[in-house]
Amino acid sequence: MIRKAMHRIYVALILIFLYAPIIVLVALSFNSSRSRVVWGGFTLEWYARVFKSSAIMNALGTTFGLAFSSALIASVLGLLGAVGIYAMRKRNYQIMLFMTNIPMINADIVTGIALLLWFVHLIPLGFGSVLLAHVTFNVPYVILCVLPRLEAMDVYQYEAALDLGAGEFYAFMRILLPQILPGVLSGFLMSVTLSMDDFVITYFTKGAGVNTLSTLIYGEIRKGIKPEMYALSTLLFAIVLLLLILVNLPYGNMFSKKVRQEGNI
Amino acid sequence: MNRNRARLLSIPYVIWVIGFTVIPIIFIIGRAVTDENGSLTAANLLAIFDPIHRKALYLSLALAFISTLICILLAFPVAVILRGSRFRKKSIILFVLILPMWMNFILRILAIQMLISNNGLINHVLEMASLPALRLINTPGAIVLGMVYDYLPYMMLPVLNSVLAIPEDVIEAAKDLGANRKEVLSRIILPLSLSGIGSGITMVFVPSMTEFVIANILGGGKLQLLGNVIEQEFTTSMNWNLGSGLSVTLMVFVLITSIIFGRSNESGTRAAGLPI
Repeated sequence: MIRKAMHRIYVALILIFLYAPIIVLVALSFNSSRSRVVWGGFTLEWYARVFKSSAIMNALGTTFGLAFSSALIASVLGLLGAVGIYAMRKRNYQIMLFMTNIPMINADIVTGIALLLWFVHLIPLGFGSVLLAHVTFNVPYVILCVLPRLEAMDVYQYEAALDLGAGEFYAFMRILLPQILPGVLSGFLMSVTLSMDDFVITYFTKGAGVNTLSTLIYGEIRKGIKPEMYALSTLLFAIVLLLLILVNLPYGNMFSKKVRQEGNI
Repeated sequence: MNRNRARLLSIPYVIWVIGFTVIPIIFIIGRAVTDENGSLTAANLLAIFDPIHRKALYLSLALAFISTLICILLAFPVAVILRGSRFRKKSIILFVLILPMWMNFILRILAIQMLISNNGLINHVLEMASLPALRLINTPGAIVLGMVYDYLPYMMLPVLNSVLAIPEDVIEAAKDLGANRKEVLSRIILPLSLSGIGSGITMVFVPSMTEFVIANILGGGKLQLLGNVIEQEFTTSMNWNLGSGLSVTLMVFVLITSIIFGRSNESGTRAAGLPI
């Protein structure tokens, strides 16, 4: 079974490739030396100091605030937009789908610069401008999560509800919304992820004074990254790991199964 | 619901699209075709033909092409191996592939820098084994390494999806008709996974071509990609018109790529969110 052993080694090498940098960062978060190449002994000092660094805590707050508020706005906007697009005639439907695709296809650097050029005429750069930018790149993902739900929806149930005397709003809330809600939820989660992960668009639209974790790290590259940052990243990584394991546990499946049908694998 | 009234629900989104997708593109094109005084000029669009910019464009295209190719070569065998193995629990594979993305992207690139720098971990190990040190950092190869590292999951997920989706019956039928392992691979699995490879190509090629952070960190600032040139026009040189002209050029290349290889239908892949 040489073939099988080769297969295992190949997959193992890919995994080492993917995880080696992560291991380096986790190790650095416990390294008492400030040097990036010398191991000075084990310490938890950086973890204690993370919460005292106002720059890091501010950036963390901005990152979370942006992620959740942009995801929330994008979810509402995307839900309404998707229902409206679904009801459009073919030509308008195609046009709207095309427009929805633009921020997803376009390079981040172009999207960021285009927004910057418009924002300098519109509003002062800061949290507000970054929020507008994040909603802009998040909505398409919500729409693409909700539209397939709408296509697969059972319209007759809705019409039956109307025939049985339900008002339009009531029928929408009781019949339509429950059917498309999983799509909205996965769109929301995806938006949170995208927003937290973004660097380029934030970088161009943020102006001075506001920092997310990504832009804070980027600004620190030349002076050297503070070890507290490794500690914070390791913490965030550990939290996500824990959450993902919980969701993947048997009882977590009950929650996630519905959303998984979404097709975003 | 009345269709006409349902359509009204999209009004906020339509306004948003006009306000934050259409108008910004008009603005960037407007900047690209004017000079700093606001008079029309083609200079910013033609600037791509300047030797420096042309060199940056070629380097961007070349590195993006190589990175994409390496990603395909790495991802396709993994997909085929996983298909052949008994272990096919998709959610776990997905989990393992996506997890690294939850470490901040810039920090991960910095970690690669630490690994391959001249006094980094890899050279330490080589030194201990009394082997000659390698000069890895600040080379085009280092940038390719960073791109492959960062974008490999974008290739892996669609390729994995399409390879795992091939029905076993088709492969059984091919074998019954006398196809050997190699023929199954080249005449069944490969053609049937082309759509996945196509979306992977778009998702790796576009960000690699437009990248500037990886090139800044791993290229040592000496190797200029088109993304670096554009970023500098906006942050240090402050020639926004020229930067816009080059951005529009870049946009054309992105458009060509996505027309050739098709847009990704896997909205989830780029987002690489929670595996739920």
